[in-house]
Amino acid sequence: MSGTASTTTPVSAAAPPARGPVRVFFSRLVREKPVGAAAALLFLLFVFCGVFAEVLAPYGYNEINMLERLKAPSWAHPFGTDNLGRDMLSRCLYGAQLSVIIGLSAAALATIISVLIGLLSGYLGGKVDMIVQRIVDAYMSFPELVILIAVVSVVGPGMLQIIGVLSLVLGIGGSRIIRSAVVSARENMYVHAAQSIGASTGRVLWRHLLPNIMPPIIVLFTTRVGAVILIESGLSFLGLGVPPPAPTWGGLLSGSGRTYMFQGPWLALAPGLCLTVVVYATNVFGDALRDLLDPRMRGSK
Amino acid sequence: MGAYVLRRLLALVPTLILASIIVFVTIRMIPGDVIDLMLSQNDIGADKLSRDQLISALGLDKPMAEQYLRWMGAVLQGDLGTSLWHSTPVLQEVLDRLPVTLELGAMAMAIGLAIALPIGVYSAMRQDTPGDLIARSFSILLLAVPSFWVGTMVMVFPSIWWGWSPEVNYVKFSDDPLQNMKQMLVPALVLGTSLSAVTMRMTRTMMLEVLRQDYIRTAWAKGLQERVVVMRHAVRNALIPVVTLIGLQAPLLIGGAVIIEQIFVLPGMGLMMLDAVNQRDYPVITGVFLVVGVSVMLINLLVDLSYGLLDPRVRHQ
Repeated sequence: MSGTASTTTPVSAAAPPARGPVRVFFSRLVREKPVGAAAALLFLLFVFCGVFAEVLAPYGYNEINMLERLKAPSWAHPFGTDNLGRDMLSRCLYGAQLSVIIGLSAAALATIISVLIGLLSGYLGGKVDMIVQRIVDAYMSFPELVILIAVVSVVGPGMLQIIGVLSLVLGIGGSRIIRSAVVSARENMYVHAAQSIGASTGRVLWRHLLPNIMPPIIVLFTTRVGAVILIESGLSFLGLGVPPPAPTWGGLLSGSGRTYMFQGPWLALAPGLCLTVVVYATNVFGDALRDLLDPRMRGSK
Repeated sequence: MGAYVLRRLLALVPTLILASIIVFVTIRMIPGDVIDLMLSQNDIGADKLSRDQLISALGLDKPMAEQYLRWMGAVLQGDLGTSLWHSTPVLQEVLDRLPVTLELGAMAMAIGLAIALPIGVYSAMRQDTPGDLIARSFSILLLAVPSFWVGTMVMVFPSIWWGWSPEVNYVKFSDDPLQNMKQMLVPALVLGTSLSAVTMRMTRTMMLEVLRQDYIRTAWAKGLQERVVVMRHAVRNALIPVVTLIGLQAPLLIGGAVIIEQIFVLPGMGLMMLDAVNQRDYPVITGVFLVVGVSVMLINLLVDLSYGLLDPRVRHQ
């Protein structure tokens, strides 16, 4: 172990021109994980499309034009048009916007919930940990989609409901990863040192533990974005997500549109491709992040 | 072994109680106006039930703890309540539907393993070759492709190109086993392929770990053929964690089945739950929710027990 340490430390320690950790990280990403960097660019492109959907989309997402209905892809409509003559490219772009909003906010909320549960359960240990972990166990024996369907049946479909429900369910599930990081970090010397000079629990958690478990938190967040987008599209596909006319990617593929897909098969292609590419990009970027930030988790992929 | 099984069953009890509380509290979050919604949407109030009757049918007029105990007492006696729409007991309908989902899940699992194991083992044996790279990229791609998209394309494109579409009139296994299996094959393929991605990655990781161990080096040094080293020595040990994965995938499998059943109109638990959600049939939702959770727990228990059968090291602990 000591032999490898001497070869690896200079890489991170020696960086004489003061470069910020973020720049160091990105240069490592490009150098060591070119595919991950490409995936990151693809993901940024998706966020860009979502943020500027209003500017980029040639038509409104609900702009009906009966003369142009079910037109195959052409220069005027690169992704074709649907049964009401709505431009599929525009609908996919607005769909990206919904995916960006739901994906980023639900993933962020879910990560915060995971961190709160994981920190408390992992740091306090003992009875609290045992009780919390049994609840998490019970929760995780339900398929995410089944919990979501049951909860949506109660709160009803809608954007805010979906964000809330997704972040709660995924947040509870993800707390495991944070907890295990906390359990191993809490035995570090600096934590004991902080405890022995009388730092409060809150201070130890916030100032000492949290900064040291940032790598798994960042990785968790990144992988959650893909998971949220995929699950949300599944819910919308089942008609339990954001209700129409909002053009969610899952909704565009759902049963109501399926009847027209036999006449216009391009309707089935564009939203699915968008979904696959975006989720693929987040997954690959997440894997690259994990390899760079958190070597311990490498085996768990 | 007997004592171990008993201990594991006892350990399941608190989890089951917690799970039942989760089911109960989730469904009991129904705000008052949903009652009105049910009445207006379903026309239940018009001919079947008045508002008060509906509230008492849902048991909402009693304190929470009492509601829970009553419900739990009934559940323990095998009474999951009665559907608000059909007057059939929920348990009856669940038992009718459960085999469909289990069959779909088992077939999908078998297909997933049949795809994942050979590719995962090959990928590890030829680490960092183009073949490994292709297999790995394929599995990462599979993780990103939503199964409902694949399912939709399977419905649409073969029909356009060759006029073939999956059978949508469900044939029971007991009526015509062959026809039933034929019908289930395509949905199971779609679900199984999407599941195989994780198993493939796991198999590869485990094989790589095992292939680096001393006894494998010994096997090579003895001059054994590659086939013998891999099949007799490495795979058997690499597969043990993969078996755990089957348990971990049980929730994914059931979650996936909900979507696949909807696409291919298979009358399983998933379709039952979706129909119940659309009709706001809360006793059915609660029942399916609970049965799904218990099934997943039992599958995990069976997997853990089989672990002991497969690996002598676990048995003696």
